[in-house]
Amino acid sequence: MPARLMQGDEACAEGALAGGCRFFAGYPITPATEIAEILARRLPQVGGKFIQMEDEIASMAAVIGASIGGAKAMTATSGPGFSLMQENIGYAAMAEIPCVIVDVQRLGPSTGRPTSPSQGDVMQARWGTHGDHPIIALSPSSVRETLDLTVQAFNFSERYRTPVILLMDEVVGHMRERVELPRAETIKRVERPVTTVPPEWYKPYEDSVSDVPPLVPFGEGYRYHVTGLHHDERGCPTDHLEKIQAWSDRVFRKIDSSLSDIILYEEDGIADANVLVIAYGATARSAWHAVKLARERGGKIGFLKLKTIWPFAEEVVEHAAARLHHVVVPEMNRGQLVLEVERVVARNKVHRVNRTDGEMVHPGDILAAIEERIL
Amino acid sequence: MGDRSEVRLAGTGGQGAILAGIILADAAVRDGKNVVQTQSYGPEARGGASRSEVVISDGEIDFPKVLRPNVTLCMSQEACDRYARQTVKGGVLILDADHVVRAPTTHAVRLPLTTLARQAAGRDVAANVVALGLLAGLTGIVSHESLEHAVRARAPKGTTDVNLKALAAGREAAERFKREHR
Repeated sequence: MPARLMQGDEACAEGALAGGCRFFAGYPITPATEIAEILARRLPQVGGKFIQMEDEIASMAAVIGASIGGAKAMTATSGPGFSLMQENIGYAAMAEIPCVIVDVQRLGPSTGRPTSPSQGDVMQARWGTHGDHPIIALSPSSVRETLDLTVQAFNFSERYRTPVILLMDEVVGHMRERVELPRAETIKRVERPVTTVPPEWYKPYEDSVSDVPPLVPFGEGYRYHVTGLHHDERGCPTDHLEKIQAWSDRVFRKIDSSLSDIILYEEDGIADANVLVIAYGATARSAWHAVKLARERGGKIGFLKLKTIWPFAEEVVEHAAARLHHVVVPEMNRGQLVLEVERVVARNKVHRVNRTDGEMVHPGDILAAIEERIL
Repeated sequence: MGDRSEVRLAGTGGQGAILAGIILADAAVRDGKNVVQTQSYGPEARGGASRSEVVISDGEIDFPKVLRPNVTLCMSQEACDRYARQTVKGGVLILDADHVVRAPTTHAVRLPLTTLARQAAGRDVAANVVALGLLAGLTGIVSHESLEHAVRARAPKGTTDVNLKALAAGREAAERFKREHR
């Protein structure tokens, strides 16, 4: 397929279609509006549905409903809308409804600066909804990676029956880049597991076979209950403590036992490095530039780019940083994912580079942080 | 990183700095180059500072924004005050003389781009595309053929002819400038 100029938001929309998305409900917001605009045009062409809802609360509710109805479903928003979606994201987590939530991060809090980038929603992606729950969040750093990770987000959501958050940022969302698109036949798509049991035996939360019980779409003759209350195998509310604990154990186990599948990252030059730089999203582009400059000056610098940011890549980071005394973590926030790095690596080895004025972290600032440790 | 070329297009919202960046980036793709285009603008639909940045390279482009622009276009006095001086030494600074009255250097290419747009295409707003023709003619950063294809592909519906005239006017202005400043 020939190369073309493509915007990050467009790549997200195309990735959604390639991943099998056939339902979108959302409410426009800078810098995610283009995703909705494109899907409003493209979804009907492939037999899908697009609904502009009255707000983000309803958008998330519609996405959950569509998914229970059997469609691969998603929404796209930015920080303020992401906040409004949190209650229903928790519902999706509780009821184990596959869905994809795209947050193209902009500078907050509140209305903030709508057209400026940020990575301020990292912790909101993890803990924005109340209660203990596992979550998967992916963060792309280029237009092509946006396409690939959107497909991956759908695949993870279906394979693990969980909401998945695609944490983009304004730079990646609005950036246009030369992209070579993957051939359609090379895109791997995960479909929802089907049940082999007849309707009268079906239990949507039965975990005797797998930690990820199949979810049969409503309307196919399988009667079951879906609720935000703690529930039993049939989905009916329960006050049996052992069932509540079993649910909690299982939903964490299904993610924790598959980390080798879920944790996506790229690394470069870590084996003989003196300093390690860990970055994600648009800031990974600043970091990679700085790493290359530092290497040109003779520094042995390792680079770790995290594509999966939740669950946090504990073992990968621990392993990469094991021998090292210095880890530099640049972020377009006041230090969010760095808290995880500090937890894993030890705080006195970790050096932060932060920026919160709505511009990208400058490679020069990362270079300075690196060189301060070498000299 | 050596072959990295950086272009910054700056003006006021509504002048088409961002669209110009998209067209330039599209042309670079058609030339077989690697390219990233980014933008920065305020929340207003019109007015406010607006800028578009295009990084072109034969190799990988890591940092997607401009570090030291080889080419700077300023279509407003504010843009000129802010960005003109950041242009790399030996780079090209283009000022729309219809909007920029105070220039920080005598080495700038100062031409009335808006007047040229009005004369050639009958539309002031085509000044951004005049600037593209001029910029490509002076620097060779993208080929004229690719730029013309990109204008055809990216110009808003019904404005193709207007923009092709503007592009030709910019290209002629570049030739004229080169003859006069040999």
